[in-house]
Amino acid sequence: MSRPVPRRPEYHKINRDLLVLTYGALVAQLCKDYEKDEDVNKYLDKMGYGIGTRLVEDFLARSCVRRCHSYSEITHIIAEMNVLFPLPPTCPVTGRDCVDAPAFATAPFIHIFQASSHKNQPQVLLILLQSQQVAFKMYLGVTPSVTCNNSSKNEFSLILDKNPLSEFVEELPAGRSSLCYCNLLCGIIRGALEMVHLAVDVMFLQDRLKGDSVTEIGITFLKQPEKKKYRRRK
Amino acid sequence: MADTVLFELLHTEMVAELWAPDPDPGPGGQKTSLSVLESMGFRVGQALGERLPQETLGFREELEVLKFLCKDLWVAVFHKQMDSLRTNHQGTYVLQDNSFPLLVPMASGRQYVEEAPKFLAFTCGLLCGALGTLGFQSLVTASVTALPACKFQVVIRKP
Repeated sequence: MSRPVPRRPEYHKINRDLLVLTYGALVAQLCKDYEKDEDVNKYLDKMGYGIGTRLVEDFLARSCVRRCHSYSEITHIIAEMNVLFPLPPTCPVTGRDCVDAPAFATAPFIHIFQASSHKNQPQVLLILLQSQQVAFKMYLGVTPSVTCNNSSKNEFSLILDKNPLSEFVEELPAGRSSLCYCNLLCGIIRGALEMVHLAVDVMFLQDRLKGDSVTEIGITFLKQPEKKKYRRRK
Repeated sequence: MADTVLFELLHTEMVAELWAPDPDPGPGGQKTSLSVLESMGFRVGQALGERLPQETLGFREELEVLKFLCKDLWVAVFHKQMDSLRTNHQGTYVLQDNSFPLLVPMASGRQYVEEAPKFLAFTCGLLCGALGTLGFQSLVTASVTALPACKFQVVIRKP
């Protein structure tokens, strides 16, 4: 019987469940192998790092193919992508209308940096954060909200109301109170950003599994040492 | 679908992390490491089996169940159907996939054939677990002669 592969809605659910269940089995296995929570967290982070370094390529391939030379080009791509992945209308950090400011983008990170010389400016960091919102939507089906945690604008948070990876987890196992169940996500973010030449510290600030109301992932952008050889001679 | 990428990468990391070559080169060593991945696959297969659509749980015949695995489960998990299903009608089934998605990124041909079993262990467990939930005890093994094609041999154990 030759027919095209049917795309029934339950298949999508099975596919999503597969990822969540596999992750659960992985955490359970790591808990068996390592007694200390810190070790489990560390290995989850390490695995996430490996995944993130490869996932970023997939994300870039899916989100944009053009090199951007200016903020206006980025804005056009934003407008196109906004149709596919609608984002909130106002930027949570600057409060401005997102369509006007080049304040969020799904354009390739590397190309943004080549277009702009302001490496650590809050605008550019915000672009990254909101690209991560798109990435979360693409791979996990949820969109976190972005907030800025400090006035020097290098600490941000991604806040998830619903964490799909812990969908089937009711509570942490006994004796595992400092286990960061979704530490893989921290590693993924860290690995992905390192591939675009940004050093970050990522950790869980709040966790629903530990009794907090939301899951909050804190991202701190670390200052890169200046690479003198790439500077243009004036 | 973007989901599959994340699962494939997670699977690769799991194999890298959980499969450790045993210093003792005897066949027992490799088996222990593979069985960790298989048992994880089994747990996932069992849980997945419980979440399948209700009508599938009414299957009585072995062949129906295997056909379901080859068509619907394979499509749901790997977005393609199994390429062939053969049986000797005495409880042994051979499922052949000519381009198994977890092997496709690795190589094409005979390179890395020795490494391939550890990438199939999780899926063997998955099949075994799903069959278990559907009411059949089984033993699932996999073999590869040339990537990315692989064969899963399912032997249904009579109660």
